[in-house]
Amino acid sequence: MTQLLAISFSLNGKTIAVDVPAHMLLIDLIRDRLGLKGTKRSCDMEVCGACTVLLDGEPISSCTTLAVDVDRREVTTIEGVTPPEGLSPIQEAFVLHGGLQCGFCTPGFIMAVTSLLKTTPHPTDAEIRHYLDGNLCRCTGYTKIFEAVKSLAGRQDAA
Amino acid sequence: MLPSSFQFERPSTIADAVRAVGDFGDGMFYAGGTELLLALKMRVIRIDRLIDIKGIPGLDCIAVNGMNEIEIGARCTHRKISGDPVIREHVPALASLCAEVANIRVRNVGTIGGNLCFGEPHADPPTMLAALNARLVLEGSRGTREVHADDFVRSEMETVREPDELLRVIVFPRPAGPVTYRRFKHGERPSVNVAMAWSLNAGGSTIRSARVRVGALGSRPQPLPVVEGALQNVAVTEVRQAIESALPAALDQLEVNADRHGGADYKRHLAGVLLLRSADEAVTAGGSWLK
Repeated sequence: MTQLLAISFSLNGKTIAVDVPAHMLLIDLIRDRLGLKGTKRSCDMEVCGACTVLLDGEPISSCTTLAVDVDRREVTTIEGVTPPEGLSPIQEAFVLHGGLQCGFCTPGFIMAVTSLLKTTPHPTDAEIRHYLDGNLCRCTGYTKIFEAVKSLAGRQDAA
Repeated sequence: MLPSSFQFERPSTIADAVRAVGDFGDGMFYAGGTELLLALKMRVIRIDRLIDIKGIPGLDCIAVNGMNEIEIGARCTHRKISGDPVIREHVPALASLCAEVANIRVRNVGTIGGNLCFGEPHADPPTMLAALNARLVLEGSRGTREVHADDFVRSEMETVREPDELLRVIVFPRPAGPVTYRRFKHGERPSVNVAMAWSLNAGGSTIRSARVRVGALGSRPQPLPVVEGALQNVAVTEVRQAIESALPAALDQLEVNADRHGGADYKRHLAGVLLLRSADEAVTAGGSWLK
């Protein structure tokens, strides 16, 4: 018998109450049960950052987090930082600077940058590189992503 | 991949957690899950019960105790340790080590206790904690016991911890001199790490004793007794010569697994390089340690 656990959490500001199997992963809850497909599964081993979501504002790998662990906490996905119309300042900066090509890693990068700028509104070059060290992009070569983040440093509306 | 199904329990005391996990090895303690969930997803570990210890209060404290020792709760995340004022003041090298573990997401949830209990031979904390002369306090069904960090990891992915023993806290004397840690990261090839802790005399001019540990080369962190002997009662200004003359014999004693990332001699050589760089760093830090 699979044990079901009742959890209740905030997803992008909306309260969600669901019963989940103890072994369910957060990414499967978000993508398959709740239908938010912006979060991407790629390496499935906490290396690439494509599945990054924020848990109480901090980046985590949703591919290697149990759904039960978000009980009574706040989860933010790419859908939660995207305005109903247009793009957020961080997304806008990625577009302006060419910080994406195929776009598969982009939701993870946007989530990581969201968290970085919230805690460190004026990151140094080294801080940007260190923080984003765990997000992989196979298209851009990172320079454009770095320039996009650098352009956001100190902007009040970014975080 | 999805882990196979298991029961999930959330005890609120250590005694309940120990009871819940049982001693058959079919239950496991769980905190950050950064290593355990990967193993469960790959199905190299199969368990019936996962015992979440995150609801047990007091396992994530960091403090200097009455014996002038530093205590780090086993459930402290790498992120917490890297930013903790006590660690940053007394063992900045440990704070930097934790700030470089894996990536930001792993550091946010991964714990130092989980890292130790996994016994991964390339991990950073086991080498550092052995150099710091740490003791690991285990709580089990047969009571409390302390294991020296040097004796904790038995072999690759294997520790002396019993299935129903919960690692509660890591304790080590407040350093009395500079502590250094250098590594070639797992993923940079080959991976090697070196930790060194000096205890200086009152004036800070002479090393009273030194602890040197090398990790990632064999199945567990190893001491370099020849270098430790050569550093005893040596003036800080003479350190480099002392290490250089002791190094060939010391490195010969290391158990080294040659693999596709490097031969044994090359890995030994790298350990020596990291050790000498650490010594230079410690000499510089020795001055600031006295202030």
